[in-house]
Order: sequence, then structure tokens, then C-alpha cells
Amino acid sequence: MQPFALEQGRDIADTIRRGRMPGTDYIAGGTDLVQLLKDDVRRPRRLVDLEGLDLDQITVTPQGLRLGAMTRMSEVADHPAVIRDYPVISQALLASAAPQIRNLGTIGGNLLQRTRCTYFRDTASPCNKRSPGTGCAAIEGVHRTHAIFGGSRQCIATHASDLAVALVALDAVVHLSGPNGARDVRLTELHLMPNDHPDIETVLHPGELILAVSVPAGAWTRRSSYLKVRDRASFEFALTSAAVALDIQDGKIRAARVAAGGVGTKPWRLPAVEQALVGAPATTATWQRGGRLATAGAMPLRDNRFKVRLLRATVTRALEQVGGEA
Amino acid sequence: MIPITTASRVDGRLKVTGGARYAAEFAPAQDNVLHAVLVQSTIAAGRVASIDTARAKQVPGVVAIMTHENAPRIDLGKAGDMTPGFPLLQDDRVMFNGQHLAVAIATSFEAAQQAAQLVELHYNRDEATLLMSDNPTGTSVPQRFRNGMRPPASTRGTPQASFDAAAVKIDQIYRTPIEHHNPMEPHATLAEWQGDRLLVHNASQSVFGNRKALAGFFGLPEDNVRIVSPFVGGGFGSKGVSWPHITLAAMAAKLVGQPVKLVLTRRQMFTSNGYRPKTVQHVRLGADRDGRLTAVLHDGISQNSAYGEFSEPVGLASEMLYSCPNVAVTHRLSKVNQGLPTFMRAPGEASGVYALESAMDELAWALGMDPIELRLKNYADRDEHEDKPFSSKTLRACYEQGAAAFDWKRRVAQPRSMRDGRLLIGLGMATATYPVNRSEAAAKVRLQADGTAIVRCGSQDIGTGTYTVMAQLVGEHLGLPLDRVRAELGDTALPQAPVSGGSQSVASISPAIREACLAVRAQTLQLAAGDPASPLHGLDPEELDVADGRILQSAEKSRGETYQALLARQGRAAIEADGSAKPGEEKQKFSMHSFGAQFVEVAVDPDLGEVRVRRHVGAFAAGRIMNAKTGRSQMIGGIVFGMGMALTEATEVDPRSGRVTNATMADYLVPVHLDVPEIEVIMVAEQDDAVNPLGAKGIGELPTVGTAAAIANAVYHATGQRIRDLPIRPDKLIDGLSI
Repeated sequence: MQPFALEQGRDIADTIRRGRMPGTDYIAGGTDLVQLLKDDVRRPRRLVDLEGLDLDQITVTPQGLRLGAMTRMSEVADHPAVIRDYPVISQALLASAAPQIRNLGTIGGNLLQRTRCTYFRDTASPCNKRSPGTGCAAIEGVHRTHAIFGGSRQCIATHASDLAVALVALDAVVHLSGPNGARDVRLTELHLMPNDHPDIETVLHPGELILAVSVPAGAWTRRSSYLKVRDRASFEFALTSAAVALDIQDGKIRAARVAAGGVGTKPWRLPAVEQALVGAPATTATWQRGGRLATAGAMPLRDNRFKVRLLRATVTRALEQVGGEA
Repeated sequence: MIPITTASRVDGRLKVTGGARYAAEFAPAQDNVLHAVLVQSTIAAGRVASIDTARAKQVPGVVAIMTHENAPRIDLGKAGDMTPGFPLLQDDRVMFNGQHLAVAIATSFEAAQQAAQLVELHYNRDEATLLMSDNPTGTSVPQRFRNGMRPPASTRGTPQASFDAAAVKIDQIYRTPIEHHNPMEPHATLAEWQGDRLLVHNASQSVFGNRKALAGFFGLPEDNVRIVSPFVGGGFGSKGVSWPHITLAAMAAKLVGQPVKLVLTRRQMFTSNGYRPKTVQHVRLGADRDGRLTAVLHDGISQNSAYGEFSEPVGLASEMLYSCPNVAVTHRLSKVNQGLPTFMRAPGEASGVYALESAMDELAWALGMDPIELRLKNYADRDEHEDKPFSSKTLRACYEQGAAAFDWKRRVAQPRSMRDGRLLIGLGMATATYPVNRSEAAAKVRLQADGTAIVRCGSQDIGTGTYTVMAQLVGEHLGLPLDRVRAELGDTALPQAPVSGGSQSVASISPAIREACLAVRAQTLQLAAGDPASPLHGLDPEELDVADGRILQSAEKSRGETYQALLARQGRAAIEADGSAKPGEEKQKFSMHSFGAQFVEVAVDPDLGEVRVRRHVGAFAAGRIMNAKTGRSQMIGGIVFGMGMALTEATEVDPRSGRVTNATMADYLVPVHLDVPEIEVIMVAEQDDAVNPLGAKGIGELPTVGTAAAIANAVYHATGQRIRDLPIRPDKLIDGLSI
């Protein structure tokens, strides 16, 4: 760890003023950043603490759900209205990490957590995401858990958040504030594909801060679920996962929201699956068709080929769990 | 009163209240400790061309950067055969990725850590060998197999010809990955020189082993070196030999002339203190149609380092576990540019019995025979390899009691025939075995004027309950409640005891403690009988007994007095005696092993390939169990260790750099609570008068053995898929499942 200064802004404006300075990172729960500091992966000169900014409200209205960026993962997971009306969000959070981490980790921080690619987190390894231009060790190295969607010649690291998969499925919008004012960005647009610049992970400008995340209400959110497949039963990132929300009326699917985790370089929405589901009967055959379509365009490598088959099974199962067997 | 053999651990309260001090928590008497952080290589083979320490030295608080250029010279010849003599900063060679190349020493841990990250290493690279051989080509025969105590290969009968002629054959390759011990407590050393005397606090499974190593390296009499290790937060074999960081801490302290504390990071624990090596095991079994084994061939290759030798003895159990006239076992090594492997909980048996017991399961299927029946058909009533009787063997009862508790008979033989809803259910079993080890040990027992006792023995308690068993023995023999006995261990100032490894601690130290207790007791009884003022005066000491802190007449228990009364009258501060014990003829006369049977129920998701253990029953016969409570904990822990081996644990190495890629607890997956279901442990009664005076065989490793095979066999029963390459993760099952 290299020395850094720890600061706190008086308010949001002051926080952003500090945050825009070169060499500055924001710190929220710190469950990811502190590890990165200890491992020398991040070497900020200054940390600006977001504690105390009054960004920790959970608001439920007929229009939707709004989660303050500093809301703790555990608070959202245990919130009765979230459990009732947006079960996929609660389930994705409860499938994440361990209770101690969920008690500290925040919603904003969770969306901006860095990849679990082990080469990214080991400073002695090449990694274009950490040290641009050094190469990608994973492409020919140990990549069993890496992405089958969205990879480039420069990077195949997955985005590790479960929450982001659920929120991407539910059309979440991120409310930002930065040196140039406030703006809203759809969560599907927040994260960038690695392409030639895997080190640039989001559309956030220097100093720009997530204030909150909104999820619009919809007929599908109540009938939703998150399914996660992993190497051990708990406290482990996804090999594959699926967030599914369905609106089914009279045995027919009226609306579908489907996204996948553990497979993409960013939270991976599956529009082809959604399109195939809408209008289809809620039957096993439909779920299986959805599962098959989930891997269209997958680009697996030597050791993560199994994810293609596993993702199909995961999406099929998640659809079936939400839509019912028929 | 709680019966002494189910007593809670005497150090439990200290541990849960933070009162137990571990190596890194000690500080020198003067507040002058410096902190050391290791700098490790980032290539797998070559030489250090140059080390630029300029930036590192600019960090405020940095005292020195120790490299091979300025490190004190040490004597590599006298540290003992078991002590790795590399990497100790004596030359510029790089033999593996993650090798110690420098030590940053500073006034604070933070400064040392920062400086370590700023040391710049430049190399002349050599080509590294990173992949171990998959077959005997390119491998070598171990030169010091089992420390030279037995040959690396054995044959009896005509194994090859009998296999060729066998009616039913199994011929398969089984693979196990690198595994790391990952004890909770990181390795830590605090080294302090007082002139030519060296005091070291170390996280250790062997304080006397550490003393021998350090005395050898620094050319000191052993008496000049003291190692202290009162509490150890798990070792599993990784704290058994004297790994280089211990010596480097002492070298650093010498270099800067101040005490130095060195704590390994979790990442460094993947390249600094050994590991269970990767193995490739070729197992061939031949049997007649009735299931009688006619040939057992077990050829093991284990990965070795490029500079030392450690051989994983995978075939030893195959030599003796079953009755078979034709058996051949070989062990070979494949050198790669990795660190030196070492003992890890049940070395040899954990990996080897996975292969053998998987093959036995395959044979049972090939024969259409119940797996237990096959094992009973080939039950060995004597050790056919050593050609000796077993000192005791109660394996039949383990099969019976385990099967009954598990309800094995509900198992439907056909694979994929048992379900719970959508889940595929599989039941599997395997045999467990582990040798009984014992070494020489000494102890001192002191009965004090205040009616308390102290037992001193330089053993270690690595979380297993050694403190408790030591106190118990004194309590039993001197008739004292446990709260009046204090046990001291983990210090070379105490009587000598062996490494806490090979499941031998209780078997080694208990006879010595017992002997010391009996001597104290005899002196005490003598004293009472001879004291005219004692109510017991004039009685034959043979008529006396001790109980509840008193000396009394056996025939009339109300007649007696307290220890305090006797010692006060006698003007004695204490009655003290030494005890020592070493193995006798028993090893020449008997083959000594513990045995057990493991039963596992798994559920496998037929679409997702997730395997979850739903139930585990382990039945073990290991002689006398000294403390049923700590013993049960140890057995459960051993089984969980095997579950990790079966399903989640594997150290991944980058195929091009030779670097461990998952050197964190987030990426190296040990089982978590949700992976561990109900575990039932059955302690099968067994009396063994031959192994040692206490009849205790050792239980630390036995429960790990066979667990992985039982799980793999259950997975086969559930899915019809035989996984011969651990760990069994969804990627290995998914292709063969339903979709």
C-alpha cells in the first residue's frame, strides 16, 4: 500500500470538487477498494470518503424504487418492499459476498467494483485493465471463470456484480452528479466494453459521483428471481447467473427482462431472449428456447467453454423458476 | 463434574476472548521492533541481474533492504535434512515465481510494505519448466523417499502378469491438483538477538525442529536458540519444517542489530511454505469374477521443485490396505520451477487413497458388487506388505457402524436412480487409513504446595487440543480437577517433544507425561506414608490412591489429606519429576494403522452441475480417544478438509509465468459453512495395547483420508460420471449431464 490522504467533503458539491482532482478515488464501503490498495493495484494519492453524504435512502413509490448510492447491500436486501416488489434485487444481493461484507458494501460501490480477474489483482502479471499496454495474461492463461461475451483482444475480464445483473435487467437508471452538473445514465450504458481500452470501465467523468439508482416500476418486477451458479455454495462469484423478470397474463408472456452474470465483460442483458419470450406461452419449451438463445454470439476460450452450456441451463432454469413449469 | 475425557478445551476461553497470544502478537521487552516484508520474484527461472533499492530506501522509516548482496552468510550444511536450504538470499538464482529475493526492513509495517513494493528487480531469464510430466517420461526416482526410511518402489508376487491375466480390470489415471494448507493464522516470526543468543517467537508445528535449523544456519549451539510458540492458528503441515522466512527474519535482525518481525501475507503463503503437490496416479486393479483382487498396481508421479526433494507417498496405502498377493507401487518425481512441496494433512494417503478408493469403486461397478462387499471380500487381516500382524484393526466395525448410521442399504445400486425432486442423489463410500506414528518425547510434572500442578512439554497445540490432553493426563493421574492443572508447551525451554505432524503428538507425549505423573504420584504417596503426622502414616503406598486433590486410602476413602496439607507439613514447595518415552519394539512386531469408513450423500443438480454434500458419516477406529470432544472436532475438521479437496480447492498456476494466479482466500476456495452439511462422527471402540502405553493411535489426519473418494464415488452414483481429476466442479460435470 502506498500512502494516501483521506478526506471528507462538506457536502456533495465539495466532495465532487475534491474528487475531480487527479489521483483521487472515492471510497464508500471500502470492501473492494481496501483490498485493491493493499495489493497495490490502486495507488491513489487521495481518497475522498463518501460517508455522511446523506445518500442512504430507500424510496418506494408507484413509479418505482430509488436506492441511494450509499445504501448498504444488506439494507436493500432486507427491505420488505424490495423483497415483495423487486425480489430479483434482494436475491441478487443475498447471493453476493457474505453478511459482513453486505453490511458494509454500498449500492453505488457494488456497481463500480473492479473485476475479480486474478491477473488484474496481481501487480506482477500483465494486465491491460490495470496497466494499459502490458497485455492480457488471461487469454492464454487461467481463464476458466472469464467472460464469454464482450471480450476483446485486450481483455476478457468479467464484471463481477450480481446486483448489476438484476438492475440491468430491470432497466435501472443511474443518477450522477459531477463537475459539469447532474445527469442520468441508463445502467446498460454505464459500463463500457473493454475494446482497446479495458482500463476505461465506465462513462463516468473524473469526479463524477453516483448519487442513486432508480428502477422503474413494471408489471414484471414482482415476478422476478435471481439464480446463481458457483463453485462453492456461498461467498463466491458467479460462474453463471441469470436475472429474470416476467409479466405473464393468461399463460402468455407479455413482458420479459433477462440478464446474465459471470459471463460478460459488463452486466449482460439478453435482448434476443427477451424478444423470443414476449408473446410466447409460459411453457417448458419456451424456457428451453430462451436458454438456447442466451448464448448466441458467445466467444468462449479453451477453459471457459463450459459456460456456454452452463449459461443455457442457468437461463432455462431461472425462466422456469419465475414462469413456472407447464 | 464433567468427565475428564469430554472436557472442553482448557485454552478455549483464552482463544475466544483474545487472550491467547500468537507469534505476531508478541513484542520484544524493549520497544524497538522493526518490521520486515518480503519481496518475491516475478519470474520462474533465471538470475537476479540487479536490484534497485533506491526508491525503496527513500521511504521514511526504512532501515535496510536485505538482498543476496548484503544478507548475512549462513551455513547451509547443518540445518537438518528436513529444512529447505533455499531461498535464503545466499545467491542470485531464481528457481520459481514467488521466491524470496529481498526483505524490506522498516520502523513500521506500513513503511516496510511500501518499500517492498518499490524494490525494483531486474533479471536474466532462463527457460522455466512449468508443466509436470503426465507420464514416467521425464520423471525421476526420489533419492530420499520418506527421508530414506523406505524404498520408493515395492513389488510382491507377479503384479504385471496377474493384472494381464485378470478376469476383470480397472486401468485409470487419477489426478489431484496443487493444494495449499491455508491455516487461518499467517506464518509469522519475531526474531531477537541477545549477543550470540537468539530468541524467536514463531508460528510453529515444531519448535525443536526450528531450533535445530536456526542453530545450524547460524553455527550456534542449540542451547543458544530458543523458540517460543504458545498458540498456533492452524498449520495442517505448513508450519512443520523450518521455512526460509523464519531464517530470513533472524538474518534481518542480525543485519540491522534490532529485533525484527516478519509476517507473511496471504499471497506470500502460496509460495513460501510448501503445498500438497500435484499428482498423476496410474492405478490398475485386477480381480477375479468373485471380486477377489489378483493385482494392485499404483504408479504415482508427484510434482517436485527444481531445487529440493519432496515426494508425495501416494502408494503406501495401496501396499497394505487390501489382501492381494500381487502388488506393485512406484513413486516418481517431476521437477518443475515451483517452490518445494511439503506435508499437508494426510500426506500420501489423502491423494493416494482418493485414487485407490475411486478405482475400488470402479471395480465394484465392473463386478456388479456392493462397494462394501468388495472391500470385505479383500479385507486384509494382516499387513501383507510388511508381513506383520496389525497391532489392532477394527475396520469391519467401521464399515458396519458407518453403514448402519448412514442407512447404506437404502442405496439403489444403479447410477442416476435416486432422486429428490429434480436433484440427482448419490451415495458413496470409501475406506480411510493412516499410519500410527510416534517419536521420543520428554515431559516434566510439578505438583505444587498450593495443590495445583504444572505439566511442561515442548510440544505444540496447533488447534487440536494438546493443552487439554496434557492437563487431562495430569488430572487423571494426580486426581486433580482440570482447573488446578496448568499445561505449558510450545517452548524449547521445556522438555523436548517432536513435530506436531503425522498425527503423532498425543501418542508421543502422553507416555512421557504419564511417566512423570506416576513418578510424582509415587513420591507423594511415599511421602504421606512416611510422615508420622499424616493420617496415612504407616500404610503401604500400594494401599493409597489420589482423588479430588487428596491422597487417600483406597479401602477407606475418607482417610486421607490434601496435597496442600502434606506439602506444607513437609516444607516442600513442590514435588517434581521428569518423564520420557520413546517407541519400543512395537514397530518391529506390528504394523500399526488407524482405519475408518467414510459415507457420503451428495445431491447434484442435473442441469447446473453443482454438487452439494448433503450428509457425511465417518466411522473411525483409532485406539483410545483421549478426549471425545476435542477429538470429535478434529475429526469433523478433517472431513471438511477432505470436502475442500473433493469439490473446491485447487491452486492454479499460470502456464506461462509459473505464477500462482489464485493466491487469495477469495480465489482459493476452501469450503464455507453452507458447503458443510451435518457430519456424523462415530468413534468405533478399539483397544490397542501395542501401539503405545496409552493405546491412542492419532486422529488428526485419518478423517481427511477417503473423504474425496467417497464424494467422487457418490457423484458417480448420482450422475453416472466418473471424475478422475479433482476438484469436482460444475465444468467437469456439465457436459455429461442432461441438456
